[in-house]
Amino acid sequence: MSRATALVTADWVQENLSNPKVVLVEVDEDTSLYEKNHIEGASTFHWRNDLQDGVIRDIVSKDKFELLLSKHGISNDSTVVLYGGNNNWFATYAYWYFKVYGHADVRILDGGRKKWELDGRALTSATPNRTATRYVAKERDLSIRAFRDEVINSIGVKNIVDVRSPAEFKGELLAPAHLPQEGGQIAGHIPTAKNIPWSQAANDDGTFKADADLRSLYANAGVDYAKETIAYCRIGERSAFSWFVLHELLELGNVKNYDGSWTEYGSLVGAPVEIGA
Amino acid sequence: MKTCGATLAGADLSGIDLNKQSVIQGVVLAEGSGDGVPNGTPITTGYARLLDKDGEFTAEVPLNGQGQFRFFAAPGKWTVRILAPGATTDREVLAVVGTAVDLTIPL
Repeated sequence: MSRATALVTADWVQENLSNPKVVLVEVDEDTSLYEKNHIEGASTFHWRNDLQDGVIRDIVSKDKFELLLSKHGISNDSTVVLYGGNNNWFATYAYWYFKVYGHADVRILDGGRKKWELDGRALTSATPNRTATRYVAKERDLSIRAFRDEVINSIGVKNIVDVRSPAEFKGELLAPAHLPQEGGQIAGHIPTAKNIPWSQAANDDGTFKADADLRSLYANAGVDYAKETIAYCRIGERSAFSWFVLHELLELGNVKNYDGSWTEYGSLVGAPVEIGA
Repeated sequence: MKTCGATLAGADLSGIDLNKQSVIQGVVLAEGSGDGVPNGTPITTGYARLLDKDGEFTAEVPLNGQGQFRFFAAPGKWTVRILAPGATTDREVLAVVGTAVDLTIPL
């Protein structure tokens, strides 16, 4: 992957609104915005209802992922363009799912819903009516997913990138400030983690910064590109954003998203934790 | 929509324990009738962004159908940045536990 194959501009989406091979999906934690309006032709995924197992804490199963994509008329050869609010947090989280399940051509709309709105581009409340398909997913690719034991064993060994806000990293907040303060049992961060908030990779309008700026951002914060990297946040969606930057835009080979993130790690009995800057 | 000084600008706070949370909320309104007072219609296409005392991004929410936003912050100095088509404005605020910071922001 690269910027050219993983990212599309709002102009590109505008030009491809009638392209039957392109399927737009708005992904968010709150799909009421989609109900209000969305980009023409876009379907919607709810990050919890559609992308979580629903019983155990895990990403949706292969069978359910296949059903979800089939229901929305997505084929194995579709060019899927994901976008959303929250600066594409949940869109990049869904992108990571598409990669876990081996979809060939999936892209992110640079700037997501925010850039589209701030540009004053058209939105509609009409829902699409695509014919259902029979989507076949691949087995999970776990080379891009980290679990808790690997994370603990990576302390002081691999790059660990905490992409939450400085206040969450320092242990002053348990969750982003627009959400009630719930999550891990304790606050703080994984020892040796570098705090490189996801937001430092984005412009105010939600678009990604230039590759050279992104490369400098992580290097200047102490990320050693010769080592493997694990990104985490609170529930794995902001870290999917930073995983997208590192693995897809900067094309670093060995980068994993720890989707258990702080809600899991901050509740582990006996796991090492640091607080403060 | 018109506002007056006695009315809370942001969304209803019922159900939120202000003894545990530092709430920053508000409403973004068009300037309105040309009198320098933000008493015009709510701005419903836009985003409220919360920056910490060092200018670091902390949170962002879309303005709701009434032009409102809300953050649950820690006590301290924050900046609320409003992003809307063709306009950006900043407000510095001091959050405390016990009393919601309630802003009316003209655009």
